[in-house]
Amino acid sequence: MIDLSSISLVTLFASILVASTPILLAATGEMIVEKSGVLNLGVEGMMIIGAVCGFIGAVKTGSPLVGAIVGMTGGAILSLVFAVITQYLLGNQVASGLALTLFGLGLASLLGTEFTGIRPPPMPKLDIPILSDLPVIGEILFIHDPILYVGLILPPVLWWFFRASRTGLIVRAVGENHEAAHAIGYNVRMIRVTAIMVGGGCAGLGGAYLSLVRVPQWTEGMTAGAGWIALAIVVFASWKPWRVLLGAWLFGGLSLLQLNLQAAGVAIGVEYLSMSPYIATILVLILLSSRRYRHQAQAPSCLGKSFHPTL
Amino acid sequence: MILTVIAGGTLFTLMGKNPLEAIRVIFLDPIFNDTVASYTRPQILVKAAPLVMIALGLSYGFRANIWNIGAEGQYIIGALAGASVGLALYPSEAFWLLPLMGLAGIVGGLVWALIPALLKIYFRTNEILVSLMLVYVAINLLSGLVTGILRSPIGFNFPESRSFHALASTHNDELIAGTGMHFGVFFMLGLVIFCYWILKRHIFGFQVTLSGQAPRAAKFAGINPNLMIVLCLGISGSLAGLAGLLEVTGPAGKLTTTFPVGYGFTAIIVAFLGRLHPLGILLAGLLMAITYIGGELAQFMIGLPAAAILVFQGMLLFFLLATDILVNFRMRWNTQSKNRSRIARPS
Repeated sequence: MIDLSSISLVTLFASILVASTPILLAATGEMIVEKSGVLNLGVEGMMIIGAVCGFIGAVKTGSPLVGAIVGMTGGAILSLVFAVITQYLLGNQVASGLALTLFGLGLASLLGTEFTGIRPPPMPKLDIPILSDLPVIGEILFIHDPILYVGLILPPVLWWFFRASRTGLIVRAVGENHEAAHAIGYNVRMIRVTAIMVGGGCAGLGGAYLSLVRVPQWTEGMTAGAGWIALAIVVFASWKPWRVLLGAWLFGGLSLLQLNLQAAGVAIGVEYLSMSPYIATILVLILLSSRRYRHQAQAPSCLGKSFHPTL
Repeated sequence: MILTVIAGGTLFTLMGKNPLEAIRVIFLDPIFNDTVASYTRPQILVKAAPLVMIALGLSYGFRANIWNIGAEGQYIIGALAGASVGLALYPSEAFWLLPLMGLAGIVGGLVWALIPALLKIYFRTNEILVSLMLVYVAINLLSGLVTGILRSPIGFNFPESRSFHALASTHNDELIAGTGMHFGVFFMLGLVIFCYWILKRHIFGFQVTLSGQAPRAAKFAGINPNLMIVLCLGISGSLAGLAGLLEVTGPAGKLTTTFPVGYGFTAIIVAFLGRLHPLGILLAGLLMAITYIGGELAQFMIGLPAAAILVFQGMLLFFLLATDILVNFRMRWNTQSKNRSRIARPS
């Protein structure tokens, strides 16, 4: 029997926000990286490293916020490996990104062996006096933890950053035409390395959120493709911050709906429901990509190209 | 390689294991240790077979800049499709059953790989993302079917299919007694030679390389880029599917939820480690197989966790990519050119 009444709308929306935060953080991070003209396919690896580092940090110190910072640092350090290989040693970005994912998955399960099955210290919820008490809106929006708000603030900040700030425009210039940016005198490599590390930090934070708040537990391979979905969201969003937010909510909602349907006892096998986010990703990619030229024009034109300063 | 061994040694030291012993167990014992080598030597070939088969298929795509990351999914679907045929005809004893299952495996992998290919052609979707998403779909499909209609009626409700070893007609048996070396091992060796010939002597090998290095020139030379996408993804999918089927009827024996062990992903490392060259891939596949076997040995001999091997394999790929610069560029320690560049750059 399907009992849809067990799904309450208010809690559903509140949990959509929670469910979408990991992919939202990872996707915004990757958007920054791609804006600078680098394609880092290692999001999954950085996320899982962030998840395990954040978890260990939180358990060891007892403070989930320290854990989140440790996770962020972990992701950033891992992405530094990618940055050195692709920027200074001019390795192939696609292959290096894949290597980063494989390496990250291995390293994470190695680090996490002792930590399976432990519960992390709970993340404190921000309790804003008046706002939290509002009916409906208060229950949806204002009962969450600080990291979730970081995720929510990022898209508008980035929208402003890439549109109006000097640094943001330089990053975009590097992504659109690295030769020209180099000729004007910007340090292409440094800018890209910084962007990669910021992206790594965001992915790491997203991973830490997954293991500290969303699940909250450490299990091997717990990201289960979230990093790849984040990559798909960047394409889905055609490199626009607002649409990243929208995309993350969409996928967060979908994965949640699937869990709720499972709990409500729908007569389809659990495995077939678990497929749905991945199939939805493919469908969304089809829908978006078929509007060919508009979509192609949005991608930074130096995306995935190695830069080698000659002269 | 040497850098990886050094870095790996450091890693093992950090974990409190004797680095030299760990490396000896992983790399040398599978080949030279008297007590285990008679078992592990042929096992290396058995492990290498799926890796090399998948990697050979992938190498065409990687050469042509077509990135099939979903070999793992094609491998699973190949095994699933082939196994379904076998189970549907149970308990047939016909001699043509195993070849038919092989064919089904190839078709299964092919179909799964053609999804990203056709989507790329008609909708310009990114084949990396689509093929990867299909891996997760395949994993879920496998566990859905194994706990559903493919579950063995005599298996006490365990999520597994009937054993393919029970009937001679579905058993991909060892061809040399006592070694475990099945048809796939010999097929792999033949395939290496065949791929080498294609790459060096046949026009298709040239076309693939050309479309990867100079897509515009390839277009002018009359090479249909869409055809290349279909061929590259199709070849890798079919080989991955066949590898999956051979694995499920051979070493694995039956479909279980733990059947996929990541050969499809390791094969990506193998393809790059072998520099996309058939002979290189054979050597890289053997090396990876050694690290698998050695890793298993290290697990029970010195208690090294299984994940350490994964890290080790990742590092191998990193160092390979990093040292690519020495192959692609010639290093010059020249202060003069540095000075010149400083002058040329407007400040």
